[in-house]
Amino acid sequence: MDLLAFARGPALSFSLAIFVLGVIWRLVGVLALSPWNDLSPPREGAPPNWLSAIQAVFRKMIPHRTFLTAGMFTTANGYVFHIGLAIVVLLFVPHILFIRSLFGVSWPGLPNGVVFGVGALTAASLLAALAYRLTSPVLKLISRPNDYISWLLTFVPVVTGLAAAAHVGARYETLLALHVLSICAFLIWFPFGKLMHAFLFVLSRGATGVRFGHRGAQL
Amino acid sequence: MTAKTTASGVAYDVQGDRADSERRDAAMQAFVRDFARTAAIHMESCLRCGMCATACQFYVTTGDPKYTPINKLRPFEQAYHRHIGPFAPIYRLFGLKSNVSIEMLQEWEALIYDACSLCGRCTLACPMGIDISELIKEARHGMYKAGLVPDRLELMDRTTKAWGSPASPSDDFADIVRDTGEENGVPVNVDLPKADYVITVAPAELTEHTKALTDIAKILNKIGASWTYSTAGFEASNIGYINGDLDLQEKMTRKIIDNAVAVGAHTLILPECGHAYGAARWEASRWYGKKVPVRVIHMTEFLAEVVNGGKVKLKKFGETTSFHDPCQLVRRGGVKQAPRDVLKALGLELKEFEDHGELGWCCGGGGGVVSNVRADPLRFKAFEIKRKQVEDANTQHFVTACGQCRITLTLGAKHAKWDQKVESLLELVADNLED
Ligand code: SF4
Ligand code: SF4
Repeated sequence: MDLLAFARGPALSFSLAIFVLGVIWRLVGVLALSPWNDLSPPREGAPPNWLSAIQAVFRKMIPHRTFLTAGMFTTANGYVFHIGLAIVVLLFVPHILFIRSLFGVSWPGLPNGVVFGVGALTAASLLAALAYRLTSPVLKLISRPNDYISWLLTFVPVVTGLAAAAHVGARYETLLALHVLSICAFLIWFPFGKLMHAFLFVLSRGATGVRFGHRGAQL
Repeated sequence: MTAKTTASGVAYDVQGDRADSERRDAAMQAFVRDFARTAAIHMESCLRCGMCATACQFYVTTGDPKYTPINKLRPFEQAYHRHIGPFAPIYRLFGLKSNVSIEMLQEWEALIYDACSLCGRCTLACPMGIDISELIKEARHGMYKAGLVPDRLELMDRTTKAWGSPASPSDDFADIVRDTGEENGVPVNVDLPKADYVITVAPAELTEHTKALTDIAKILNKIGASWTYSTAGFEASNIGYINGDLDLQEKMTRKIIDNAVAVGAHTLILPECGHAYGAARWEASRWYGKKVPVRVIHMTEFLAEVVNGGKVKLKKFGETTSFHDPCQLVRRGGVKQAPRDVLKALGLELKEFEDHGELGWCCGGGGGVVSNVRADPLRFKAFEIKRKQVEDANTQHFVTACGQCRITLTLGAKHAKWDQKVESLLELVADNLED
């Protein structure tokens, strides 16, 4: 079996299995803890809990103006690489074909040139995020190895993907294999580190939304 | 009780003379006990983005990264991952999260007590919606059990256990109320066996602001209500809630609720105190074990109720005012409109601060910070924000609805040699009742 076949075959299956099991393990691990049953009477006219939770998930998409001034870079740059990653992962035609081969579903993609540009922008945005983390005194203090590992395992698939698409640095098959292997590493790490926020954000915002909604307080 | 300094020069107080490892274990056990789902979700979710820093008065006024809200939880974050999180066994097996050291807890005492007023502003800034201030409050449970609490707060804890209040012995309470009634010429009720309304107080009402005792009496008399103060349950500020002493929190909660039930009251009125609202309005049922059978409302809600319901008519000022939103009442309590309605009824035109309501800046003294003299320099620094807000608003009055905020703001102004009066909403209403 050559490297590409290994990457696309056993490596990817193994990584996906770890990803799925790990995500379930972590979610069950927190959700299994007992909730604190709040028996205090809700504020008159308080929305039902599910609605407060949903409202909080959306409310937290954009910071309050007063926090945005200082957090403009973090917020704007965060949007750039999240949207960039979503476009590159979901709208690149070879990705769509690959997903179709796995799950049998597909959708229209964007021209390769556009996706390539978005990929380059995403990589630049990730580099800017790293530079900020390494230079801001607050971020330097609160960052953990988790933050750097998660950054690296997000950045490498983007760069190997760009290299494979541009056919630079090595043979196409080798680049593609490295790209797939880097995604395997991303998937394996995902449940253990902060990449998990892709799931946790709903729970985290929702829980506070419920607490605040019950009290008639604004988030 | 001893004041000490860590190797890195951070002052901390320590109570009792247990071995360090015992303290550490006590802190961890207390922290993990009752660890509920929401707290766990929040411990899992931090992105390390730093957005919370700019929400915190202590970071903003000092620029010191150690005051970043999420950093105040560091020892407990380590404890969470080692003992509770979904991967705790793996962390322990591979030694990935070491046990929290006593030195770390000592060093964090000042961050958890001196540099956090539990104001909750950080919660509003966090893109993940992590309720950081609630987690810091939970961390205090561990610190209390470890005997690592600022001495001044521990003193209030012991005084409350002995006296039933951090401000004055229960035995003196009825006399204080009667004397104040006489002094101000207002008939008062103490220890009536039955009443519809039970009134509770916070330390401010028994010290700096005794007039508040008769201000509420005047309004209740005016509407012809059946009401009483009770020696058996008068203290609502609940120092246990602030210090992290859960046993005391439970005891103080039960005292006021049990008394209100015994008196047959339909409503328990909390004083102009923010933390009293947090403890009694939102957490009482946790200690009571079931739904609290009495309606618990803040003084401000009561004022809005009688004013909006037309039960009292007020003289109109026709002047301008600014309003300091007490964090526990407004941001964390949801009572934003009530004080605004009352100000309007007083004919006071409210000039809002740029950051107000749920986004308001703390007075800097909540969470016991105002009582913790060690924190004075930090608190005075944080006060600069409020001063600027008040000066920018440039109004004839400056009002708030929390006695502890009022004390903090008054002390801050005095320290800054700034001539600014801080008025109480309750007092304004009581002094301006139409005949
Ligand atoms: S609760 Fe307030 S004082 Fe405490 S960390 Fe958050 S913003 Fe700072
Ligand atoms: S704002 Fe929230 S997610 Fe960001 S560092 Fe602070 S606690 Fe963590």
